[in-house]
Amino acid sequence: MENEGKIRVRICLGTTCFVMGASKLQELEHLMPPEWKDKVDISADTCLGMCQNSNSGFMKAPFVKINDEMIGGATVEKVIDKLKELIV
Amino acid sequence: MQTEVNTVLLRREVMVRLIKAFLSGDFEKQADALPFDMRPKHAEVPFRCCIHKERAILRERAIAALGGSVEQDDDKTHLGEYARRALEREKPDNTVLTVIDTACQGCVPSRIYVTDLCQGCVARPCTTACAFGAISIKNGRSVIDGEKCKSCTKCMQVCPYSAIVKIKVPCEDACPVGAITKNGSGHAQIDVSRCLSCGACMASCPFGAVAEKSQMIDILRAIKSDKKVVAMIAPAIAGQTPVSINKVASGLIKAGFDIVMEVAEGADITAKTEAKDFAERMEKGDKFMTTSCCAAYREMVKKIVPELKPYVSETATPMHYTAELAKKRYPDCVTVFVGPCVAKRSEGLGDEFVDYVMNFEEMGALFVAMSIELAQCEDYVFDVETSKQARNFALTGGVAESVKVASGGKVDVRPTCVNGLNPKVVREMMTWAKKGECPLGNIVEVMACEGGCVAGAACLNNKKIAARGVAAYADKGEDIKPDENN
Repeated sequence: MENEGKIRVRICLGTTCFVMGASKLQELEHLMPPEWKDKVDISADTCLGMCQNSNSGFMKAPFVKINDEMIGGATVEKVIDKLKELIV
Repeated sequence: MQTEVNTVLLRREVMVRLIKAFLSGDFEKQADALPFDMRPKHAEVPFRCCIHKERAILRERAIAALGGSVEQDDDKTHLGEYARRALEREKPDNTVLTVIDTACQGCVPSRIYVTDLCQGCVARPCTTACAFGAISIKNGRSVIDGEKCKSCTKCMQVCPYSAIVKIKVPCEDACPVGAITKNGSGHAQIDVSRCLSCGACMASCPFGAVAEKSQMIDILRAIKSDKKVVAMIAPAIAGQTPVSINKVASGLIKAGFDIVMEVAEGADITAKTEAKDFAERMEKGDKFMTTSCCAAYREMVKKIVPELKPYVSETATPMHYTAELAKKRYPDCVTVFVGPCVAKRSEGLGDEFVDYVMNFEEMGALFVAMSIELAQCEDYVFDVETSKQARNFALTGGVAESVKVASGGKVDVRPTCVNGLNPKVVREMMTWAKKGECPLGNIVEVMACEGGCVAGAACLNNKKIAARGVAAYADKGEDIKPDENN
């Protein structure tokens, strides 16, 4: 139960998300403030299935799921901003 | 290299859209609409002054992605016409880089500049440090005389307030041989007679103003034809995606390639041939030899430091050997090198066995456009098992190490690496050529990109993660077997 109570961050590393920017999101853990490490649980997913929703789905890739909220067009900045809201 | 994420993503989106346009059967019309589809009426303008400039730049990016030269563009030709030409041309353009003129910011010329942080101190170390008498004090502050300044940066180094800075032009600063400069209007232009096609300018420009002339449409046409198309994947591929090299290979088959070969197969031949060449040269009394597989380095020797030529191994590159094998194994096939490198496109244009070059970014765009999820692909089985050392060619030190292992301990091998080209290293190498000796070792591996091919200008993954992926795959291979006949 090590991760209980932590904010769950799931980064989609499916092919579309990876090519359209998720490769950069792999560095999230090192780019966010170190004191968040105990509060945030980051994991990678193969494909969250979002890119297949429409023909232009790749436009909104990469996807990151923070707890139950899906974030499209995710960037390191966007994810950190969202986490800031949840942590403060 | 790849630091400017936004510019990289723009490039990829343009490519994905053009591939989709090609596959749609309504290529010319869809290509024409690309700038408007990416920036529709009343859309947000993320980067530039207005939507019209964004569209104008996207149009030029698309010209490059369709294989055209922005330098020759007349602003009037429709993208649909460029698409049509891409469908009809016999072979791709003979140079690889193009400047996206409209995207180029026309940066302030590079110079040394005293900022407001200057305290006008009493010590004034900057004035004494300057060997050219370029610094004087006016109104209690240091001022640099641009006519006298040689940009040696001594003043910067001695200022106790770090008040003096070098204003950089990123593309000029990144180019190891001074091949990119400003034209009359202040925009970047590439001097083809000096350009190594290393892609450093492309990777460094924060405005994304340098682009490759893609061969993607030519490749898609080959795939659509009844010819066998062979994808030859460079060793750097092992660290490019979150999945295994075998799944990436299956992805390429799904995308329409008929066969996938590892370029590490050719790297095994390169390693053995180079070991033989090295032994012969040492026996002859030579003091050093350099490797020959880095395409940008080969260009450097040809165009900038011809004095080095006698010291460069005669061995051909892994790409060349692999393509030669492919043409023998599958007569009449079309060969496509898939790699991280801009300079390989240039090498490919001059190689009789290589038909096209596709970079890793373009490969990624192909997967996105065709909705190929690599994690769901099967494990492709390669016909030939490659060695550990060949798989490590993509990492700095890997090539020199392969020569050492392939030599089988019969020769004294002292490897050293030129890890990334820059003006200083180029000058240093010139002195080795003049003296006929390298003080650092007797086999010099040269990699134009710092870190090796995994740091190439057209990669998908972060270079550290990519390097780990390459090393992990290499570790699964057997050691290269020294040639008994050597």
